[in-house]
Amino acid sequence: MALSGLDIYKLLPKTNCRKCGYSTCLAFAMALAKKQVVLDKCPSINPEVKGTLEQASLPPIRLVTIGVGDNKVDVGNETVMFRHEEKFHHPTAIGFIIDSNVGDADFENKIKLIDSLNFERVGQVIKVNLIALRQSGDSTDFVDKVRKVSELSSLALVLMSSDIEALKGALEICSKQKPLIYAATEQNISDFVGLAKTYSVPLVICADELEKIEELSQKANQEGLADIVLDTGIKSITKKIEDLTYLRRLSLKKKKRSLGYPIVALVENDDPFQEAIEAGTYISKYASIVLIKTVESWQTLALLTLRQNIYTDPQKPLQVEAKAYSIGQVTEQSPVMVTTNFSLTYYTVLGEVEASKIPSYILCVDTEGMSVLTAWAAEKFTPEKISDSLNKSGIKDKVNHKRIIIPGYVSVMSGDLEEKSGCEIIVGPKEASGLPSFLKKI
Amino acid sequence: MLKELAQEKWSGKINSINIGATKEEGGSRTSVVKIGGQATLPFIFNDGDIPHRPVIAAEVWDIAPNDWSSTLNSELEDVYSDPVSWSKKLIDEFKVDLICLKLQGAHPDLGDRTPTQEVKLVKDIISNVGVPLIVIGCGDDSKDNLILPACTEATKGEKCLFGSAVQDNYKTLVAACQADGHNIIAESPIDINIAKQLNILIHEMGFGLDKIVINPTVGALGYGLEYAYSIMERARLAALTGDKMVAQPFICFSGPEAWRAKEAKASIEEHPEWGKELERGVIWEVLTSATFLQSGADILVMRHPKAISTVKGYITKLMEIK
Repeated sequence: MALSGLDIYKLLPKTNCRKCGYSTCLAFAMALAKKQVVLDKCPSINPEVKGTLEQASLPPIRLVTIGVGDNKVDVGNETVMFRHEEKFHHPTAIGFIIDSNVGDADFENKIKLIDSLNFERVGQVIKVNLIALRQSGDSTDFVDKVRKVSELSSLALVLMSSDIEALKGALEICSKQKPLIYAATEQNISDFVGLAKTYSVPLVICADELEKIEELSQKANQEGLADIVLDTGIKSITKKIEDLTYLRRLSLKKKKRSLGYPIVALVENDDPFQEAIEAGTYISKYASIVLIKTVESWQTLALLTLRQNIYTDPQKPLQVEAKAYSIGQVTEQSPVMVTTNFSLTYYTVLGEVEASKIPSYILCVDTEGMSVLTAWAAEKFTPEKISDSLNKSGIKDKVNHKRIIIPGYVSVMSGDLEEKSGCEIIVGPKEASGLPSFLKKI
Repeated sequence: MLKELAQEKWSGKINSINIGATKEEGGSRTSVVKIGGQATLPFIFNDGDIPHRPVIAAEVWDIAPNDWSSTLNSELEDVYSDPVSWSKKLIDEFKVDLICLKLQGAHPDLGDRTPTQEVKLVKDIISNVGVPLIVIGCGDDSKDNLILPACTEATKGEKCLFGSAVQDNYKTLVAACQADGHNIIAESPIDINIAKQLNILIHEMGFGLDKIVINPTVGALGYGLEYAYSIMERARLAALTGDKMVAQPFICFSGPEAWRAKEAKASIEEHPEWGKELERGVIWEVLTSATFLQSGADILVMRHPKAISTVKGYITKLMEIK
């Protein structure tokens, strides 16, 4: 838990020596609480207090970075049990497990397919994050495949093996890409921690029981490894939900630093539907990394969409700029449709207008990201607001008519809006899906 | 023990509801559905009791749907014209726990079927299937106030679940369900305060809080799923900490919502990058439904047989405690 300025002040020398650049220790404490300055600026702090303050400033769940450059992925640093309390911060990293014994051609095709799995939804690009190469068979082949995958793809990597020599060979090739190592167990913990430290890469610690996980992570931490990811092994969905929930509770509510790390969940099921449903469950329930086996675009699209939903900030709905958008080769006769600036609303309308192939204007009114009915109920989508947008957007100069199409759900405002805007109001369909046939008729 | 340290014990619990009545109980159902009763968050068995599994209701219409996607049509088209066969197919082949009959055709714009016609249909289904029944109106308030009371009367004693009572139109349906011994669905627009308020209003009419099911109005995967997900989590937390006015089980219309999504309906020609059409439609319904199980759904209303059997398998796995 972060300390307040006053809590910090109590621990400072209270000499007001000004060497930190602040006129008083209290001012320095306040700045520290806001993270505007670092503790090292105080020359006379005692080491014990320093330890306490540093410990208190650590997040309850550590942020771990896998990979480098544009495709690096940050996981962890979560602060709440439920998304409505604040938000979930770092979207679950989604990756695919590939066994190293697949044939070269299959291997390359799979990597190319994984690389192509990105989609655009409501103005955001959603994409997969990781390729997890798992040693199946001899170590030379594994190392060879690691070389191939790091040449073929720029996605962040997970190296899965229990063979430390194979991992060394692999890390000689790709340690600069900061792959995640999977996994240290009770049997090999010291060797694996040593390996992760030597190559400065994050490490997964795997054990079935929470007590064992805690013991191993403490050991790793004492040996100087900070970037740790936890795995509670393969178990039933219900046990896994309990593990994930309990680990989140223990790190946030019980301040268990030794369990305050991102969690990875492996899902392997020959039935792609059962695999997706299980992966989806862990995305909703606190997994920071989910690794699956199936590579199918329909499955990935569904999982990435779920992740986008769950990790949307509940306080800030996705919005588009409130303005008039021209769709296609618009002319002075093109129809003008009015809707809200909620991303989902805009992109749904946009999709249907594009499908209709009728060049049109879409005027998005600033409703603070609310959908049509919600905005109407909250008085953010009113005749006043709409006529104001009609004037400010300059749309009236772009067309030579005065006809405005409004969503069917707000047909009740027609009369009022007609009066306020001086335009002819046409009531459109209730659902965007009715737009193509509607636009063809008018 | 870390597990004990992490455990959370709750003071409240969700109401238990029985849907359907057997011959001994004054109805004619061969099976009864029990939902609710949880004293813990979804599937956290170690914190508290979860006496009943979530159930699946198959959505059946009184008229043949003309705007369902080709993926649904190819599975169900042959039974669209006969709601009894439609119900039987999903009960016999796919083992759904309930039938959710939507009286869509009563809508003035969609056929304007009469109360007599709807009563005959409901009676037909009651006499031909053994599972409990959910009956949903057409959404036109004044028409629903004609057809639904006629249907509650015709099924008196069967302990059906009728919907939907909404904030602006609940009195007629509440009175009808009260008189004929049915349960009721209270529907609110993704708003926990309205959900609570509506329960209070219904309760003030003398209707038991233990006969109400909340419909929180869910959105599909990719179409506002997270709003209802969080509303449900908030309601569950309130209920588990003692608020009896939101301690009702949830019904989620995840199937109908999922099949409105473009991703579920679009052909492979329109969006080749989205992958196979059949699987994509099914996964949209599956993942929408499965996610709401994690926020507390007790009844899922679903459409596609493959999606139904997939989610049913998932529920079985979720209820395995070992």
